[in-house]
Amino acid sequence: MNDNAVAARIRQEITDNPVVLYMKGTPMFPQCGFSARVVQILSTLGVGFKGVDVLTDPSLRDGIKAFANWPTLPQLYVKGEFVGGCDIVSEMMESGELQTLLKDKGIAAKG
Amino acid sequence: MSRIDAIRALLQASLDPQHLEIIDESERHRGHGGWKPGGGTHVRLVVVSEVFEGQNRVDRHRRINSLLDPLRAEGLHALSVTALTGKEWLKNNCITG
Repeated sequence: MNDNAVAARIRQEITDNPVVLYMKGTPMFPQCGFSARVVQILSTLGVGFKGVDVLTDPSLRDGIKAFANWPTLPQLYVKGEFVGGCDIVSEMMESGELQTLLKDKGIAAKG
Repeated sequence: MSRIDAIRALLQASLDPQHLEIIDESERHRGHGGWKPGGGTHVRLVVVSEVFEGQNRVDRHRRINSLLDPLRAEGLHALSVTALTGKEWLKNNCITG
C-alpha cells in the first residue's frame, strides 16, 4: 500500500471502531511490554476495543507513526481521536481522566 | 558522547529544564525488540520545564520526541516520558511523599 492508502485505511478503521489500539502483537499475545500495559488498562476498565497488530504489515507500522506524528507504538484512538501512547494512557488511568474521557465519548467503562 | 549524554544535551539546549532525570532502562529490556548491547536503547525521562505550561500531554511528548528524533536513527528505540511543569512537579512530589 502507498502512504495515502495506509492513511485512508487508518482513518476508516478509527471511524468504524470506537476504540482502536495499534500495537505490537495481538491483545491475546502482545509482543511488547508497552502494548501489553495498554491492553491491560483497557481490559481493567472493561472497554471493548479493536487491536491492530502492526507487526503483520510494515507499511502500517510506518504509516501509523506518520499518521499521528507520533514515533512510537502502541497508539490509542477513541472515537477517531488520538489519545496517546503507553505513558499518557497510564497517567490518564491513574488520574481518572481516561475513565472520564471514555464516558464523555459515550463508551462504557468501569471505575 | 554516550546516548544518555546526547539526550541530556538536546533537552537542556531547548527546554531549559529545572529538573531532568534520564534513566537507562535498557537492561530491563535485554533481548527485546530494539535492544542492543551497550545501553541507551530503552530510556525513561522525567522532564520538568516551564515550556510545557499550557500544553497537553500529547503536545509535550511530541516536543520531546521531535528533539530526540535524530537519536532514533542511531538506535534509541523506546522512550518513557513524564513531562511536567514546575507547578505539577511540586504537586506530584507532595502526593508521593
